[in-house]
Amino acid sequence: MEFLHQFASGLALGGIYAIMALALVMIYQATQLVNFAQGEMAMFSTYLAWQMIDSGQPYWLAFIVTVLISFVGGMGIERIVVRPFAKAPILASVIVFIGLSFIFNALAGWLYGYSIQSFDTPFNGRPWFGNVYMSAHESGSVLVTFVVLALVYAFFRFTPLGLALRASAQNPVSARLVGVRVGWMLAMGWGLAAAIGAVAGMMAAPIVYLDPNMMGGILLYAFAGAVLGGIDNPWGAVVGGFVVGVMENIVGAYLVGAEVKLSVALVIIIGVLVVKPSGLFGRRIVARV
Amino acid sequence: MVSLTNLGWLLIAVIALALPVFASGYHLYQFSQVLIYAIALLGLNLLTGFNGQISLGHGAFFAIGGYGTAILITKFGVPYWAAIPISSLVCFGAGFLFGFPALRLGGLYLALATFALAVAAPQILSYKGFDNFTGGSQGLQMPKPHAPFGIPLNVDQWIYVVCLICAAALFLVAINLVNGRVGRALIAIRDHPIAAETMGVNAALYKTTCFGVSALFAGVAGGLSAVAVGFVSPDSFGLVLSLSFLVGIVVGGLASISGMIFGALFIEFVPNYADQLSVYFGEGAKALPGAIYGLLLILIMAVAPSGVAGVIRAAVRRLLDAARS
Repeated sequence: MEFLHQFASGLALGGIYAIMALALVMIYQATQLVNFAQGEMAMFSTYLAWQMIDSGQPYWLAFIVTVLISFVGGMGIERIVVRPFAKAPILASVIVFIGLSFIFNALAGWLYGYSIQSFDTPFNGRPWFGNVYMSAHESGSVLVTFVVLALVYAFFRFTPLGLALRASAQNPVSARLVGVRVGWMLAMGWGLAAAIGAVAGMMAAPIVYLDPNMMGGILLYAFAGAVLGGIDNPWGAVVGGFVVGVMENIVGAYLVGAEVKLSVALVIIIGVLVVKPSGLFGRRIVARV
Repeated sequence: MVSLTNLGWLLIAVIALALPVFASGYHLYQFSQVLIYAIALLGLNLLTGFNGQISLGHGAFFAIGGYGTAILITKFGVPYWAAIPISSLVCFGAGFLFGFPALRLGGLYLALATFALAVAAPQILSYKGFDNFTGGSQGLQMPKPHAPFGIPLNVDQWIYVVCLICAAALFLVAINLVNGRVGRALIAIRDHPIAAETMGVNAALYKTTCFGVSALFAGVAGGLSAVAVGFVSPDSFGLVLSLSFLVGIVVGGLASISGMIFGALFIEFVPNYADQLSVYFGEGAKALPGAIYGLLLILIMAVAPSGVAGVIRAAVRRLLDAARS
């Protein structure tokens, strides 16, 4: 009973980690970089949604507008901040991402203050289908996760734009030769990642509450999920996200205690990287000398 | 003729020695912190700047040094001058061991793993199972040391002198390491690992040892910090500390030794002055250091990747050229 409860709420959190991990993979596939600012970008998007809801807009309108703003914002960040460092060493990119996360954190603190806010959920009321193990929000957030996954899958599988995106991630030179505007596709990847991250933020905020540092732990678990599933494989990362969510809850509840749950992510990340760096479903990296 | 670099070091030494005469109390304590940060930054820069291994988690090694020292002093009655070296050696061991998985992790993955270390560190430190040693979330408190042998210095002055001696010694060690065979090997591994191995550099040994030495520096800094503050608690060793170390080495100058003094001044005084601005900005002043850090990280990477040290070096060179012609 208690176990099932932990398992179920682990699934709900895992869904949030899964979409965060998906956002990370989106950028990794296009640029071979891990965006350390992903968490703070999602947090800032969530504040935008909170502001709209607070000023009386209906939830789903705020939701959609936030996703759109995040998409455009993500593209803007890629064009203005990230693009100039495209050929720089990895260290420079990591430093720029850390800089970005500092800026979003400060911006949120400046505009909205550091006090903790509660965040509405559209899934109120009684648990769904008499599901005693999950609250309505947890069920709803799992549903949203699957809707996001289905949309992303459909976008990449069935639209010309999705095909162009995949092409420019896999082989930028050939993609450019057949007329794909690779530069814009990279910006688009960032936009998509920011939009997906915004959804994760809005689903997480009712659970962890809204404050400028809310995404720290979530980003870490998303890293763990992405590494576990294979950081170059979107579906692997999604599976990894769910696994990490469930593991975090079960291990936290029965093995080490909830107050050291973050070390679970640390152990997963280091363990996977040492034992099988490509993750469960990732491709092995072969370097040419 | 004395070289310009040596002249610069001489200037820094004179200022550092003169400080206790002019600054006192809290101000002197702040400068002790600057020296402590400078040691930690030096360690991180050996690893990240010179050897190219990205660490976002050096706050964790700083914490091991700090907690090790505090536990030895409060639980085992070890004097501080022995506790700091012992806990620094523990740090060397920890860093050396962490260096092994780090060998298999290319730049980005190492950044991820150390990021995880930085985020998880405060939780591990406040873990209930270690309460007897670490004092849990309350932390540990210890008395500040007095000057021995009847040396006429007050507590703040004595702590400053101890920090200065440690910093001077470790800067010398770092300069000698970097300017010799070891430094060339480290830089070669950073710039072209395969070529370096072909030339006979034992990359694995150098990288793990570099990780160990880097952690040792961080450990000395952490131990000194515990003694200077007289207190350690889990909250002071979070992600923010690790990331401000990164800010420090970037501002001071990646792969620079003297720059670490500027980096340390920066991360000590910027949050401090930002705090004082809260008169004008209210609660928003809390956001100021983060905003400055973030903007500077990106700006420096775009405009002056060699940091303050590089800018000063270029300015001096230009002045000299102008003077000659």
